[in-house]
Amino acid sequence: MVASLFVDSLRFIPDNAGLLLHKAAGLAVLAFTALGIALLIALPLGLWLGHRHRGLFFALGTSSIGRAMPSIALIGVFIALLGVGFWNTAVALVILAVPPILTNAYVAVDGVDRDVVEAARGMGLTERQILAQVELPLGLPLVLTGIRIAAVFVIATATLAGIAGQPGGLGDIIVNPATYGESGVLAAAFCVAAIALLTAFVLSLAQRAVSRRLAPRA
Amino acid sequence: MSGVRTASGPVIPNFGQGTACLRHNHWFCPSWVQQHWSDTLQPALIQHIYLVLITVSIGFAISFALALVAFRFRWLGPPLGAFSDFVYCLPSIALFTILVPITGITVTTIVIPLIAYSLFVLYPNILAGLRGLPPEVLESARGMGLTRLQTFRRVELPLAVPAIMAGVRVATVASIAIATIAADLIHYGLGAPIFDALDQPDIFRTELLAAGALAILLALTADVLLALLQRALTPWSRVS
Repeated sequence: MVASLFVDSLRFIPDNAGLLLHKAAGLAVLAFTALGIALLIALPLGLWLGHRHRGLFFALGTSSIGRAMPSIALIGVFIALLGVGFWNTAVALVILAVPPILTNAYVAVDGVDRDVVEAARGMGLTERQILAQVELPLGLPLVLTGIRIAAVFVIATATLAGIAGQPGGLGDIIVNPATYGESGVLAAAFCVAAIALLTAFVLSLAQRAVSRRLAPRA
Repeated sequence: MSGVRTASGPVIPNFGQGTACLRHNHWFCPSWVQQHWSDTLQPALIQHIYLVLITVSIGFAISFALALVAFRFRWLGPPLGAFSDFVYCLPSIALFTILVPITGITVTTIVIPLIAYSLFVLYPNILAGLRGLPPEVLESARGMGLTRLQTFRRVELPLAVPAIMAGVRVATVASIAIATIAADLIHYGLGAPIFDALDQPDIFRTELLAAGALAILLALTADVLLALLQRALTPWSRVS
């Protein structure tokens, strides 16, 4: 039974490629919009707090509350507050994506060797230059890890928008086994996993490229 | 908009006799929470704790076994890691939906995906904890004449406790949050009142907030308790 379900779902993908692509595009637009906004908020804030070595409690507190937050309850609160809509779901996803990015950016910059920062200051770099040219490059692997965690989380959670009544993504298929069958649900889940893994893969390539550029040349 | 709703009377079934607070669907009506604590919220909370205890204990046992295998046979590490990455990327709601026809409307259906997700956090942490020891420590253990098994039990395992406990904390908190989603299909745990509230025509805000807040409080409490357990398990880390 499990095996035939698996085979059926693999057949579902080519048979319904158009539908899946359309729904995947909807999911990707929602998830990447939310991720982009979260980056704009969390990255500067986390980097700046880390640079000032301030707000440890704030940075770690947001991350533990963010992890504890039941995503469906948060999406529900925003729908109760603002009604169903693309941006309302996006706002809930932004709130879920901010904590991992913020915490990792903070920890990355906070953990940079203080002697290196002092040396840069001694060479006459301004605070902004220190952050951009010393602390950010050194902390980048950890910053990118935070973005990767947030990306996978947001993509997987964006499917819940289907339950909460915001149509247009792969979640529509996943919450509707009556229409698409178990095989359709599994096929859509594979597509979500594929988008998440692809995003994670691209980010890890970026991470590798960056660390190669930073490695001392022989 | 709210004026129109009040005039026509919103459809709010089965809340008992409606106070003004409930009729206007305010964000938080303490009287409702007080009345329905023992018949709705408390049972859901106990069910939720039960789900998480099963998940984390079975998940821990499996991850520990997998980590031991990968620790002993190093080449198994990357494929096991890739598999757990893949499982983590599958949306939980899809796993619950697919399992319903196989394992039915049961606690098992909720717990299987939760265990799968907990592996993703627990397994790499346990393995990193076991592998992260400095070679000098192992060298001195050997120099003191400890056998391989003694080294594992008295040196490697205790020193891995902080990394292992960090994984257990994250896995517990994440399970508490993900378990709410299962209630869309199986009316069980703190997700049940959340989905009941979402299914009301206008979203029953008090129930949504009360159950959501309980889930967050449960997660934070579990995190603090596990942090205390970690301190108790590693008495040497306090000496400094």
